[in-house]
Amino acid sequence: MAVTVSIPTILRSHTGGEKTVAASGNTLAEVIDDLEASHGGLKARLVKEGSLHRFVNVYVNDEDVRFSGGLDAKVADGDTVTILPAVAGG
Amino acid sequence: MAHARRDHPDEACGVIAGPEGSDRAERFVPMVNAARSPTFYEFDSADLLKLYREMEANGEVPVVIYHSHTATEAYPSRTDINLAAEPDAHYVLVSTRDPHDHELRSYRIVDGQVTQEPVEVVESYDQPRAV
Repeated sequence: MAVTVSIPTILRSHTGGEKTVAASGNTLAEVIDDLEASHGGLKARLVKEGSLHRFVNVYVNDEDVRFSGGLDAKVADGDTVTILPAVAGG
Repeated sequence: MAHARRDHPDEACGVIAGPEGSDRAERFVPMVNAARSPTFYEFDSADLLKLYREMEANGEVPVVIYHSHTATEAYPSRTDINLAAEPDAHYVLVSTRDPHDHELRSYRIVDGQVTQEPVEVVESYDQPRAV
């Protein structure tokens, strides 16, 4: 399944400055592995000990994957995966 | 500052968006603090997506990301520094610890390094006014 991944400013150093990149996979985990293969270093910024980082939000289309299975969230052909670091602090 | 006073004792937060590359803070967008906490703030995840889609459609970036501290000074906390993820943004902090004294400062937070920067208040970008 081919998807478009929207990359936030802070991670664009991994994509040569590109705001969106293409990737493929049937689940978010597969998409991230595919991203890692073409843009090394991205996975470590998104995944920690087998789960998504608490302060990285990932959406498949309009849905926050936290509510749809996390890394197991399904992706379909033509979907858009959006990565947004949380805007948070203390 | 008014937003921060209104939400006190919880932390208030939001952005001021501006055209990409302009470094001009033009569009004030108060956000809901999903954490509703006096010691933590976080944009609601659905609101965050909506905000970034809207900015993308407008050719905007978050020029300013602001939040308040309710009991401590307007200086980035360790959590603020660890979670800062917009290296091009001006992180504006206000403190509402004193009900009368306005405390507002601006910082860049890049790779864990905090740099304070001067703030100039303007009515509009055509007519600068001294603070």
